Amino acid sequence: MAEHIINPNDWIKLYSDYLFNYTITRVSDREIAQDLVQETFLAGLKSMANFKGEASERTWLIAILKRKIIDHYRKINSNKGKAEVRMSYNSDTETEGDWLEERVADPYDKTAEDTIENTELGVAIHDCLGKLPEKQANVFKMKTLLNYETEAICNELNITASNLWVIIHRARTAMASCMEENWF
Amino acid sequence: MSKLKLECHEANHICDKNQYKEASLREKIILTFHLMYCRACRKYTAKNTQLTKLVKNPKVETLDNSAKNKLQQAFEVELSKQQ
Repeated sequence: MAEHIINPNDWIKLYSDYLFNYTITRVSDREIAQDLVQETFLAGLKSMANFKGEASERTWLIAILKRKIIDHYRKINSNKGKAEVRMSYNSDTETEGDWLEERVADPYDKTAEDTIENTELGVAIHDCLGKLPEKQANVFKMKTLLNYETEAICNELNITASNLWVIIHRARTAMASCMEENWF
Repeated sequence: MSKLKLECHEANHICDKNQYKEASLREKIILTFHLMYCRACRKYTAKNTQLTKLVKNPKVETLDNSAKNKLQQAFEVELSKQQ
């Protein structure tokens, strides 16, 4: 039962910003994040046959990306000597956390992680952007996030200035109400 | 001085421009004047300013177009290998 159809041609256009934001909050380095996103797309392409259509494409790609991020941390850790145990037994909290077990994240506590994921601003914004019509999203991104000059956008997209402001206005209204629902 | 009273859609337009610091001083003044008596536009302005603040947050990142093109190229190479 394939409810979701996979179409790799549009991946980069649709999901690269979303995945990039997801990554950058976790690795905080643009270069590495970009590489990880690229690897994710390539890996997705290779295992396209495994896509069952149960989840949306984006969820599926995020699942791959998560593995890639984990792999990345494994790699940098192993380079710096596997023998080194990095467990800083910090004693700044006086009573709690004396037992190591208390410091380990609870693997079953899925809901907490999920809520944190939902409240990441960059991801939320790109989520909303994804819901806009393509042209609005594009103009909004260029104008607001990439800080292009009005004229530059007009030239590139071949539209007039007043046309641009109308698009911006619609995009802003939609974004504001979308963010109001999802973020506040 | 052509006119002091704005229509709401004009006020919104100035407000949009103001979010990108592209409104002139005169426009800003008449916008303030309009906001004094127009509740709907006050609301819009408040929302709009809030959105700008959110988006200005340094945590919000985008890939610029050149980076995206690079991604796309690398991707298409792989895509053609598949087929």
